[in-house]
Amino acid sequence: MKLRTLVWREMFERKSQMLTCFMAILLGITAVVSIKNVTHYSEKAVARELDSLGANVLVLPKSVTLQDYYSADMHDEVIPEEYVMRLTMSDIEGVDNLSPKLNVPVEVGGRKFAFTGILPKSEFQAKAAWAGAGIFSRPMGCGAIDVGGEPEPEDKKTIVRKRVIKDLGSHEVLIGSEVADLQGIAEGDSLTLLGEPFSVIAVLPETGTVDDSRIFGHLHTVQRLAGKGEVVNCIEIVGCCKEIAAGLVGGVNKLLPDAKVVTVKQVVATQQNVNGTMERVSLIFLIIIVVVGGAGIANYMFSNVYERRREIGTLMALGAESGVVLRIFLLKALLLGLAGGVGGYVIGTTIAVTLGPQLAGVPVLPMPVLALWGVGISVGITLVASYIPARRAAGLDPVATFQEV
Amino acid sequence: MLSMEEVSKSYPHRGQAVKALGGATIHIPAGDFVSIVGPSGSGKSTLLLMLGGMLSPTAGRVLLKSESIYDLQSAGRARLRRENIGFVFQTFNLVPYLTAQENVQVPMFLAGMEGEAQAERSAALLERVGLGDRLDHKPAELSVGQQQRVALARMLANDPAVILADEPTGNLDPETASQVIGFFEEFNQEGRTIVMVTHDPRAAARARRTLRLVEGRIVDESHGNNALHIA
Repeated sequence: MKLRTLVWREMFERKSQMLTCFMAILLGITAVVSIKNVTHYSEKAVARELDSLGANVLVLPKSVTLQDYYSADMHDEVIPEEYVMRLTMSDIEGVDNLSPKLNVPVEVGGRKFAFTGILPKSEFQAKAAWAGAGIFSRPMGCGAIDVGGEPEPEDKKTIVRKRVIKDLGSHEVLIGSEVADLQGIAEGDSLTLLGEPFSVIAVLPETGTVDDSRIFGHLHTVQRLAGKGEVVNCIEIVGCCKEIAAGLVGGVNKLLPDAKVVTVKQVVATQQNVNGTMERVSLIFLIIIVVVGGAGIANYMFSNVYERRREIGTLMALGAESGVVLRIFLLKALLLGLAGGVGGYVIGTTIAVTLGPQLAGVPVLPMPVLALWGVGISVGITLVASYIPARRAAGLDPVATFQEV
Repeated sequence: MLSMEEVSKSYPHRGQAVKALGGATIHIPAGDFVSIVGPSGSGKSTLLLMLGGMLSPTAGRVLLKSESIYDLQSAGRARLRRENIGFVFQTFNLVPYLTAQENVQVPMFLAGMEGEAQAERSAALLERVGLGDRLDHKPAELSVGQQQRVALARMLANDPAVILADEPTGNLDPETASQVIGFFEEFNQEGRTIVMVTHDPRAAARARRTLRLVEGRIVDESHGNNALHIA
């Protein structure tokens, strides 16, 4: 005879009660785990989608305003291109992408457009990799979900979504939709800009922003043709929202004291709002489960103590100290909590992985950390909810054993 | 072995004190077999509970082996019960979801005995009360007489010096009751001290002496030549 034998046998003596209590815990943890799991991947998916809203941190010359930036950034103020390498080589966390830009006016078919020099990611990434350090040596992918599938082929039009493209030739250009419409330019055409010929490798989809009236070329080509040296008008950064809140902007400011670092608050706020909403939904469910589940377990334990008061009194008459009685009930709570937590994790994960893609439209993968989470909550609720009934049992008057109950 | 010194017990009931036992002084030497008789409500069970360390007196002292039981904390009284006292109840109070053998093992588990030793001793005790072939039976699968014998085996689990029995034959037919009292006589011959509350005159007559309680007071003693003071 051991304590666990006593507890185990009693649990199966009152199967229906035990099953009711167990189901309450199991369903609660199942709900929490599945919601947490789907929410986690939904947040990731939303964050990825919000990347398309553009950069959320801008590095500008000190005297330039956001208004200048949004009006095609056509001004003479510049910052050194070397700032890009400083950022790339730094240990700042939370930079998902960055894109330096230099704008010069060009005339095409009698109309003025912005010729925007951009630096392909492959160039500064290669330098950072060669140096063995920097922000891209430990990719964050704060909005990405790696589901282990085939990587998507690089699309030149990713400049619209990700603010950066991987490769761009010195005499290749990407054309904004408005420029293409007005000038009748199509992919594969040739174009002369500032006296040099360029081939159009893509026409960008309409964005409704100033990007529609831009022509994107290689930064170094634009710098050479404009005769401005190794400078840029701005560096656009796509940062992860949590890291922005945690001091990414401060880190960039410290790194580039002679530049102005601003956050595009609307983008950041939208991401943070979405994440906050998801977290609140999870929290509300958790609170409901803790309250309802806890109350159910406490109720079950109270009635269990009441039904077993004669048995408890007998144990005391046989020499059980109150600590033994307390342990009997707490061990029962622990076993129920463990079983409910493990079962809830397994069922919750299965539901999330199976139904998540259909309900939330995102791929959902199992999250082992939720097993600890589920078991922790389950055991915590059962132990806390059972403590007072267990104390009551431990404090029962053994005289009850001599009375007919 | 067991004694009560000027012990009284009152219960509050609707604002009034109801006296269950009034100033009893009893001395029960080691190896005695005392039956306590009296009408219902006379305080018999109250007296037994107080001797067992489960109900504190309003006044007076209860001593077991010269140790004042109610000067101990509740954990101390539990230890004292575990090591010295075996209880037998009218309704047996077996744990319904445990087998006969497991029921007998419960006091041994509480005393910290190892599993194998528990199994061996419980089987031997059940064999002694004639239930060697019922080890794996649950209480509901046994007759009432067999259940009481399981309770007797459980009572012997930790080899108690004192046996306190509350109406041990109250639920039994005369033949089984006689058999149970026979066991008590056997335990008494082994040197155990027995205090038995009973309504059954035949069972009471087989004790060495009988105390009669009326309205919380010891009013009579028969076959008595041991120290008894009627308060």
